[in-house]
Amino acid sequence: MSSLSLAVRDSSTMLRRNLLHARRYPSLTLNLLLTPVMLLLLFVYIFGGAMSGGEGRSAYIAYIVPGILLMTIGSTTIGTAVSVSTDMSEGIIARFRTMAIHRGSVLIGHVIGSVLQCIASVVLVGAVGVAIGFRSTDATALEWLAAFGLLVLFALALTWIAVGMGLVSPNAEAASNNAMPLILLPLISSAFVPLDSMPGWFQPIAEYQPFTPAIETLRGLLLGSEIGNNGWIAIGWSVGLAVLGYSWSASKFNSDPK
Amino acid sequence: MTDLAIAANGLHKSYGDKTVLDGVDLTVPEGTIFSLLGPNGAGKTTAVKILSTLISPDPASGQIHVGGHDLAADPQAVRAAIGVTGQFSAVDGLITGEENMLLMADLHHLSKSEGRRVAAELLERFDLTEAAKKPASTYSGGMKRRLDIAMTLVGDPRIIFLDEPTTGLDPRSRHTMWQIIRELVTGGVTVFLTTQYLEEADELADRIAVLNNGKIAAEGTADELKRIVPGGHIRLRFTDPTAYENAASALREASRDDESLALQIPSDGSQRELRSLLDWLDSAGVEADELTVHTPDLDDVFFALTGPAHIPNQTNQPNQPKENAR
Repeated sequence: MSSLSLAVRDSSTMLRRNLLHARRYPSLTLNLLLTPVMLLLLFVYIFGGAMSGGEGRSAYIAYIVPGILLMTIGSTTIGTAVSVSTDMSEGIIARFRTMAIHRGSVLIGHVIGSVLQCIASVVLVGAVGVAIGFRSTDATALEWLAAFGLLVLFALALTWIAVGMGLVSPNAEAASNNAMPLILLPLISSAFVPLDSMPGWFQPIAEYQPFTPAIETLRGLLLGSEIGNNGWIAIGWSVGLAVLGYSWSASKFNSDPK
Repeated sequence: MTDLAIAANGLHKSYGDKTVLDGVDLTVPEGTIFSLLGPNGAGKTTAVKILSTLISPDPASGQIHVGGHDLAADPQAVRAAIGVTGQFSAVDGLITGEENMLLMADLHHLSKSEGRRVAAELLERFDLTEAAKKPASTYSGGMKRRLDIAMTLVGDPRIIFLDEPTTGLDPRSRHTMWQIIRELVTGGVTVFLTTQYLEEADELADRIAVLNNGKIAAEGTADELKRIVPGGHIRLRFTDPTAYENAASALREASRDDESLALQIPSDGSQRELRSLLDWLDSAGVEADELTVHTPDLDDVFFALTGPAHIPNQTNQPNQPKENAR
């Protein structure tokens, strides 16, 4: 068997294993969905009046849904960090390492599984958004496709980072703590309030962290607002984080286990 | 030389200042059971981890061949030849026993039907058919270990590493495991077994190496090892100190244990020697309250070789009076 077909075959076996875990124990994934859904409902129905600055509820829903969708990805990948960390503490990984399989397949299975879970989660949270009144304004098919592509790319980036976090965490609790920034970062982005409402010294931090450009790009694609150079920054962040997370994870996984 | 399943020269491994393996040589002929025996922390698991490609040896190590393949140059070929059942259960607890088996079948690139056949066969063989649809995390220790070995056998490995396969098992499960291991070898498989139980090594292994502090302290068959340490003796115990003193002065060759009022007379434990000793005791008018025959076993070897201070004749001559110790 060529090394490519070996990689594909073993990775799909590992993917099946991870999806089986997710299907058998859906509570972890569903719990992680609660945070973005709760925040969505909280901000729209409780704080909405103050937050929207008098523009009305439907305008504020339109404003925060893109951020909530990206936050959903951050939240789902916390689950990835936890499951990678749990997995690494199990003897089965040692078994995989002593088998003549494609070495990276363990991680690739986790990554593809996590990206698929992110997509499913985004669809679910998106459906909640639509249910409470979110509507895209005349996005073309191409813009929908671009939005989907952006979400997948962003999910891939955060997943690789989460896998690295999972690999360096000694246990599930530590993994969950280490991965916290993935869900805290959206809180200090333009997800809930416009950047110009933040203190001046803080604006550059909020503006250039990974979430804000991605949120602004998604808003532009779905709602027709100005994207500017945010698209490129978002792609740059995603590719950069994916490459960084990948090399970090690969070097951690390939070094001798303790 | 071609029929060696495992050949390792000068295995070295240290973590920082701590040397775990300090120049270990291992040769295991095909189709035999080799047992690496040693106390906790002797380096047994580290040796298995290295030979099974899980961790790399220190550069100072010599050549290592497993299944005829150079471990450093072609680890994938080694992996294709081996099966490993580690000390800690290597089953996926979140999925069922059957799913674990099918996972192994997929990773060995068996076809769907072949995978199902092999999985069902092994589950049956290891008495797991009934539990096949239950999550592996709900299995008992013995069941997990059996599933573990069943998973190891999916790829039909020629060399199997078993790292303390019976640690933590109840006596019945342990005997089942021994039976399984014996059956493996009749199929021509080579088994590399680590254990801290002397009985287990004695029971199963063709050859035994005693590992202590990262070095091989002794190697050979169980019988050869037992000969290293002259542990065979007859022990006479007395309750009356005067009788003890009388007997001690009558039996000059016996070594004394003043604290427990016991005398030890070197002996191979044969009927002939025992009879002549009894006759002699009678004629000398010595009557012990308790007589026990102690034949040398691996325990003697083990304690003599792995004890803190390694004194070969310790068992034979405790509390020797100074003048006799020259």
